Amino acid sequence: MIRVMLPPHLRGLARISSAEITLEISGAATVRSVLDALEASYPMLQGTIRDHVTQQRRPFLRFFACEEDLSHESPDTPLPEAVVAGKEPLLIVGAIAGG
Amino acid sequence: MSGVRVLVGTHKGAFILSSDGKRTKWDVSGPHFTGWEVYHMKGSPADPNRLYASQTSGWFGQVIQRSDDGGKTWFQPGTPAGEPTTGPGGMSKGESNKFVYDTSAETGKPLTTHQFYDGNQHPWEFKRVWHLEPSLNDPNTVYAGVEDAAIFRSKDGGKSWQELSGLRGHGTGPKWQPGAGGMCLHTIVLDPSNPQRMFIAISAAGAFRTDDGGKTWKPINRGLKSQYIPDPNAEVGHCVHRIAMHKSKPGVLFMQKHWDVMRSDNAGDQWTEVSGNLPTDFGFVIDVHAHEPETIYVVPIKSDGEHFPLDGKLRVYRSKTGGNEWEALTKGLPQKDCYVNVLRDAMAVDSLDKCGIYFGTTGGQVYASSDSGENWEPIVRDLPAVLSVEVQTLT
Repeated sequence: MIRVMLPPHLRGLARISSAEITLEISGAATVRSVLDALEASYPMLQGTIRDHVTQQRRPFLRFFACEEDLSHESPDTPLPEAVVAGKEPLLIVGAIAGG
Repeated sequence: MSGVRVLVGTHKGAFILSSDGKRTKWDVSGPHFTGWEVYHMKGSPADPNRLYASQTSGWFGQVIQRSDDGGKTWFQPGTPAGEPTTGPGGMSKGESNKFVYDTSAETGKPLTTHQFYDGNQHPWEFKRVWHLEPSLNDPNTVYAGVEDAAIFRSKDGGKSWQELSGLRGHGTGPKWQPGAGGMCLHTIVLDPSNPQRMFIAISAAGAFRTDDGGKTWKPINRGLKSQYIPDPNAEVGHCVHRIAMHKSKPGVLFMQKHWDVMRSDNAGDQWTEVSGNLPTDFGFVIDVHAHEPETIYVVPIKSDGEHFPLDGKLRVYRSKTGGNEWEALTKGLPQKDCYVNVLRDAMAVDSLDKCGIYFGTTGGQVYASSDSGENWEPIVRDLPAVLSVEVQTLT
């Protein structure tokens, strides 16, 4: 079971009321497999995190876990053990500047 | 009993303003799609309860929303109306948000490239839907004008989209270039007398027409003059801001270009300038009175470098002669210290007996006149910046 946190705009789009969701992943837990599972459960999120066609991460979205930025890792890199064990969430973050 | 529904897209959501035919008391519903940019909303002429909305974000991409009950509830096409989009059945497939450009049938590679800001050729990259134009007679058919500039069509109520790629493929694509707001196809005008004929406009490429339902297109920019294009007879490259037509005279088109207000009496084959006595002929919006095909409206803006009304006075200009002779309409509009802009899709008219005129500003006001522009009042004053205004006349 993988815990995933989504930015508020996407929670609203998918009508998710909780700050965090959980996903069952078959096989290795990677950013790609988590996003595949996420889009299977919430198809309206297709195209909002990664491009419909190229599957590239949208430029202003970042992936974090265990205080590390995973955004530039290969989408097939295994996620940290703490995320796989459900102790830490995978954070999908909109890089929205404030100030 | 008659009524009016004003569909307002803003930088931070959508709003629906409703009134009866008197247009004195307004109900404000919204924000819908809170926090997202809503570039455009428009209702189907064939079914006024069918609305389409372009919900978009620089972070999260493009979402198409649809309502089948006049804006009370919304869903992404692919999900039956009223059902949650997260249920195991009836779920959106996400296809409704998917706009994929055609590639060359021969090579499988991009159909064409366009000129980028640096002068080099650049491949097309989808960014957002600027304008949604529902068919005049089929609620399930709707056209989308997108950035980077192309036109898409859905025949299944917005569930899936296919490009009408004859537009990009006709040959002038490499000469198109982005305007300051991006390279967007922002105007789609359907000819009510000829279902095969459509007009579109692109910043900065110009105006184009199809006479075969979108298979083939040709530039219709003869007579346009743009000082920044070295060739005075350039076929494309013009920054057209908006085109308007009256349904009773579909061969007559009115255009607000970057600079210059223009008209054509032969469906765009030739344009002539009708800026006349306007204090400045830069602007974005242009529209036509619902019952008087030679009465047109613009909102002059100071310049391309200063996107606000001249002298801080918000004035709508009306010509009852199809251009050249213009009068300022100011009653009820701020006449000092006003520095808002009125964007290209942010003016519309209703078709009640006394034609109503509506426009929205980047300051968040939506102004309405229920007497063809003589007197104005704000319906709302403090919305987020208004991107688009459309009006439905309900009977």
